Amino acid sequence: MSDNASVPNDIKSLPWPEQFQALAKRAKAPVLKAFYEAGCVSPDTSICEVPMVALDFETTGLESDAHSIVSIGLVPFTLDAIVLGQAKHWIVRPKLPLHQMSVTFHGITHADIEKAPDLSEILEEVFASLNGRIPVVHFRHIERPFLDVALQYRLNEGIRFPLIDTMAIEAHLQPGRQPSFFKRLIGEKPVSIRLSDSRMRYGLPHYAAHNALIDAIATAELLQAQIQHHFSLQTPIGDLWL
Amino acid sequence: MQAELIDIRNHLIQHAPFDDMPEELVNQLTKSIEISYVRAGTQITETGQISTRMYYVRSGAVEIFRRSGELYNRIGEGEIFGQFGLLMRGQVRFPARALEDSLLYSIPAETFHNLFENDENFADFVEIEDRSRLRSAVSRREKSNALMTSRVSRLISRKTVSAPTTVRLQEAARIMTDQGVSALLLMDEECVDKCDSDRLTGIITDKDLRTRAVTEALPSETPISEIMTEGLTTIRASSYVFEAMLTMLHNNVHHLPVIDGEEVRGVIALADIVRYESQSSLYLVSNIFHQQHVKGLKKISNEVRDSFVRMVNEDANSHMIGSAMAGIGRSFTQRLLELGEAKLGPPPVPYCFMALGSMARDEQLVVTDQDNAMILSDNFVAEEHDAYFLELAKFVSDGLAECGYTYCTGDIMATNPKWRKPLKVWRNYFTDWIENPKAEALLNSNIFFDLDGIHGRTEFAEELKALVADKASKSQLFLTLMARNALNRTPPLGFFRTFVLEEDGKHQKTFNLKRRGTAPLSDLIRIHALACGSRAQNSFERLKSIGKTKLIMEDDLSNLRDALEFISIVRIRHQALTLEAGGEPDNNVRPEDLSPFERSHLKDAFQVVSNAQKFLRFRYNSQATRHV
Repeated sequence: MSDNASVPNDIKSLPWPEQFQALAKRAKAPVLKAFYEAGCVSPDTSICEVPMVALDFETTGLESDAHSIVSIGLVPFTLDAIVLGQAKHWIVRPKLPLHQMSVTFHGITHADIEKAPDLSEILEEVFASLNGRIPVVHFRHIERPFLDVALQYRLNEGIRFPLIDTMAIEAHLQPGRQPSFFKRLIGEKPVSIRLSDSRMRYGLPHYAAHNALIDAIATAELLQAQIQHHFSLQTPIGDLWL
Repeated sequence: MQAELIDIRNHLIQHAPFDDMPEELVNQLTKSIEISYVRAGTQITETGQISTRMYYVRSGAVEIFRRSGELYNRIGEGEIFGQFGLLMRGQVRFPARALEDSLLYSIPAETFHNLFENDENFADFVEIEDRSRLRSAVSRREKSNALMTSRVSRLISRKTVSAPTTVRLQEAARIMTDQGVSALLLMDEECVDKCDSDRLTGIITDKDLRTRAVTEALPSETPISEIMTEGLTTIRASSYVFEAMLTMLHNNVHHLPVIDGEEVRGVIALADIVRYESQSSLYLVSNIFHQQHVKGLKKISNEVRDSFVRMVNEDANSHMIGSAMAGIGRSFTQRLLELGEAKLGPPPVPYCFMALGSMARDEQLVVTDQDNAMILSDNFVAEEHDAYFLELAKFVSDGLAECGYTYCTGDIMATNPKWRKPLKVWRNYFTDWIENPKAEALLNSNIFFDLDGIHGRTEFAEELKALVADKASKSQLFLTLMARNALNRTPPLGFFRTFVLEEDGKHQKTFNLKRRGTAPLSDLIRIHALACGSRAQNSFERLKSIGKTKLIMEDDLSNLRDALEFISIVRIRHQALTLEAGGEPDNNVRPEDLSPFERSHLKDAFQVVSNAQKFLRFRYNSQATRHV
């Protein structure tokens, strides 16, 4: 769970809708106030009725306090439809230096970044897509902590929200994915829960490109498939968010 | 459009009608897409819903149905559906259901109409498709659809008109005139205790009165039993109309008495069925018999391919198509024999003209050569009679070649003196093949084990069938060697593994659906059928007789049936598509021309063939003689 040291524990322990109300009162930055005021659905809402937004960041590394966001991709969706017309993608200028390795991975170069805005310049646009929607990510230890740190740095306050992690769902669905010592000895491989491998299990197509937006779309498609295969459309969102 | 949506855009522009679309329109289109994942079995659209979107299949497969619930089309990756309803700005015309787990791109009506207004290619694509599909869909509903879904009983419009077999010629003609019927059923009045259907003895038609009575100037007091047709082919009232059509095609009769339980319900005529579909293959057949010259036959032979394509578009199954095409081929042969006999005079001794191979099996398609032979009466004396039969055989063979049935490269034709022999010689041929079998010789005589008498004394052919059924099952060596030969051609499963693992670098361009699919299957089915003494010739009929003997488990039998049907229908569809595109049909298919649905099911079907070959090897203790 991402955190903001200044939020007292009695607020942190509130259910998400009430917590959003309390956080809305405390928040100083207008973008954050608006974000919390847009509210959070009640935990017993059926997943099929929840407005969601698939979110993916490309970063310079894996540590939120040592690395920076390089690009943001998002697409609003529901279980019925992933709306490409509302898909967004930004490249942002990282505070910290770009590592050569991540350059080869996302193909974002120093030249791209020099022209790019700082995250603070596009926050309003980003939040316009996030407000009132439950974020969906694949691997929850990137987007939430990176956003929290980035906001602390720029606005001097962090952010808290529930999210759905398609990787955690996949891990839950493959409980025996780590073979025992003996099985590893006879050559059994763990079941991969990486995005592309998970997608393959549902017959979802392979995407050649790697950028934050196509990965966000890929994550949204994966959640649609997971729910349809393993859950009911009436599954309460409270059973799924983390 | 976001540049990052390139993956989605690139998929679209690989497929018609988006491949030629201006970039700006493709970008607009991409932006308008909503993606959804549907599980196999999900109803995507339902009849009567308001059409609001067109769909593009990104992955998976979707089945489109007619309103009647019949399967209309299967849509795979890169194909669209739902455009008809949008064009009509109305309701969903063809409901769609996911056949596999699928990822769909849905395109809103507004974008669809915008593309339609601004891109001529796109408009042509959806509109032309729409027009031809819609037209065929409509005419199908009205005509041939009924052919395949209505029962024979619906064709009966009046009570049975019958007379005792003791009636005289003039009286029979008077009854037919008074009742206004073209056929009169004749009932045995002696055994009143029997039910109607058992008393049904014969039929007399308008044509019979003309050709048998008037032409011969028979006295009006001639007993009708002297000229009536006996040994009637009948049809059950509960049969489908197309089955009646196939029965007429196969037996070349134009009237079928309809039996319902023990009751004779009436007679259906060719005209009753032709009314259902003005351009049916039956119509073509009846037209064949109206031709007076080879020239006329050649002219209407052009319609054979149209008839084939039509049946494919009407979703006929491979058994129907194979039977109809064989029926047409048989009719050309029969008519040529009639014309030949008219030209050369009546045959000096009785004979039977025999069809071999696919025509005998009722599994003919459009690309076919002629395989035939003559069985002559044992009174045949070569020096006196052979000149006649050679000339007749040449007349038929040349005529068939004119009509598109190419000469047999293996020279298995009645023009070859070796295959124009008296019945006793034929008996020796078959006895020798079966009792002193040699693998190499059997490779060449394989085709004779699919045989059917089609003209003249067809009982000669029946006698040979009986001999084969009797002897083949008793000769273990014969079955072993036949099985060995049948293992020479294996399904292209290796190809699919190559296709899946492209690193192998042995990327073949096509595979042959006949040589690697239907032929090995019909070969192995033939051997099991011979082993259980079946006289059936058609592969599906053979599977039925094999089923009665428990030689093969019921599950394996239905797998074989499905595999044969699927490979055949893919082969048939491939040929029909080639014909429609103005090409020359063949049996070679490029995997990329198949839908993902067809690819995955073909793989299953080939696996069935492969397993069945393993069983064949085990059952008859055979190893392949050579691999081709």
